Amino acid sequence: MAASVGRTVQDVIWRRLFIFLIAGWSGFLVMAIELLSGRILAPNFGNSIHVWGGVITVFMLALALGYLLGGRWSLHDPSLFRLALILMAGAAAITPVMGFADPVLDWIFDRVQDPRYGSLAAVALLFFIPTTLAGMISPYAVRLLVQDSQLSGHFAGLLYFVSTFGSAAGTLATSFYLVLYFEINQILAGLIGISLTLGLLTLLALFIGNSGNAPRL
Amino acid sequence: MRPGYRFNPLLALCAVFLIVLAFFASLMIPPSAAMTVIHTEKSLYRNIVVYEEDEQRCMSFSRRHETARQTCQSLQDPRQFVFSYTKMMMGALYLNPHPRKILMIGLGGGVLPMALATLFPDARIDVVEIDPAVVKVARRFFGFNPGPQVQVFEDDGRVFVKRAGKSGRRYDLILLDAFDHEYIPEHLLTLEFLFEVKALLSAEGVLAANTFSSSRLYDHESVTYQAAFGVFYNLRVRMKNRVILATMGELPTLETITRNAALLEEHLQPLGFGRDWLAPLFSTKRDWNPDARILTDQYAPSNLLNAAY
Repeated sequence: MAASVGRTVQDVIWRRLFIFLIAGWSGFLVMAIELLSGRILAPNFGNSIHVWGGVITVFMLALALGYLLGGRWSLHDPSLFRLALILMAGAAAITPVMGFADPVLDWIFDRVQDPRYGSLAAVALLFFIPTTLAGMISPYAVRLLVQDSQLSGHFAGLLYFVSTFGSAAGTLATSFYLVLYFEINQILAGLIGISLTLGLLTLLALFIGNSGNAPRL
Repeated sequence: MRPGYRFNPLLALCAVFLIVLAFFASLMIPPSAAMTVIHTEKSLYRNIVVYEEDEQRCMSFSRRHETARQTCQSLQDPRQFVFSYTKMMMGALYLNPHPRKILMIGLGGGVLPMALATLFPDARIDVVEIDPAVVKVARRFFGFNPGPQVQVFEDDGRVFVKRAGKSGRRYDLILLDAFDHEYIPEHLLTLEFLFEVKALLSAEGVLAANTFSSSRLYDHESVTYQAAFGVFYNLRVRMKNRVILATMGELPTLETITRNAALLEEHLQPLGFGRDWLAPLFSTKRDWNPDARILTDQYAPSNLLNAAY
């Protein structure tokens, strides 16, 4: 690929660092949001096993679609710049949950009697889009890492490792500690803030890399 | 031996000590020979164990029976209340001796609704229980066979309360008994939930809640109830059980309680207790940390707070 021509070893290391950071963080983000979504739904739909069933179903479907879209989008001029944009878009898509979760939940509660379909609809409305965007990150990141088809399995494995490790960390941090110290909306704000910061840092690094004579990141 | 690894006598001694200690600790666990398990059932939410011991039949949600007993019934006289918390829940009647509509959240063995149905044959009693298996076990092993005056809803307590509030239902007595020592449904212990419950109370309505008293959660729970209801009666027996009695309107005075206690005495005696035991427990003393954080839908780590001593 022409894009890799002229890249120094150091550039490649920096690039990979950002790619792995974004992938790991998106894993953290998805699981933190998934756990919180159960919390957000409980006042309206309870804490029954079917509520968790609905939550997990929607997150899995959203991730599945995200993988598909992310892989497809990576065919067209893939770049770290766009990867950062996906992360930031995902974070932005979570923002409405902070303000509009209650009216949305009440609205569904009044219209859907069965708590199974009520919770399913609620998770879908609030969390489908951000989770889909987060799901796009992994396949897109694999594309950015792989320059040589012989190494594709190696990089895919490495990326799954990082992003799933991030998921484990997000699950543990949220359920063990974050809910003990913060309100749900504070945690959401923190997650969005970190995502945007990471995205902006990546863009900044790209900008610095491009100005001056350094080759394009 | 490989270089770098040296036999450490101190470490070995510690290990031996720990093993011996574990052995003796296992001997300390009392034998459960007198206990007969008569039924076990795995539900979606928990393991239910029904067992008999010391002339009592008990329902437990855990293998560690002693700490997780939900309901016990005397085999000789099933009407007799065994637990002090159920007796304290009945203290709600001292605040309103004539409830006509009663809501019970959390069924357990059904001891309370059965007693209330006998005491008030004209009252309407709604019971909400999330776990169909608990309802089944209560019917089969604890004589929970109420007539048409009792209606059982298999539903999440929070969902039921929200819907009941929207449809304008009102209750004179609400009994909240949805927690056990191992797990708290966290959405049933928040300020928003208590406001939803309060909105269900009639003008003379009373809420009786079986709650915690042995962990950090006590402070958080107390300030949350106080934020929702203001002053309430706090009934405690030793360090184990605590029942909160709160009212929609102004809290009845101790004189009113004494008067109602006399009125109810002959009805409560067959249940195995009376005013001599129950009335002195009524207290409005605030024995908790007033600066504890209020539990809300946004902040409700009740299980973590209950586990952290």
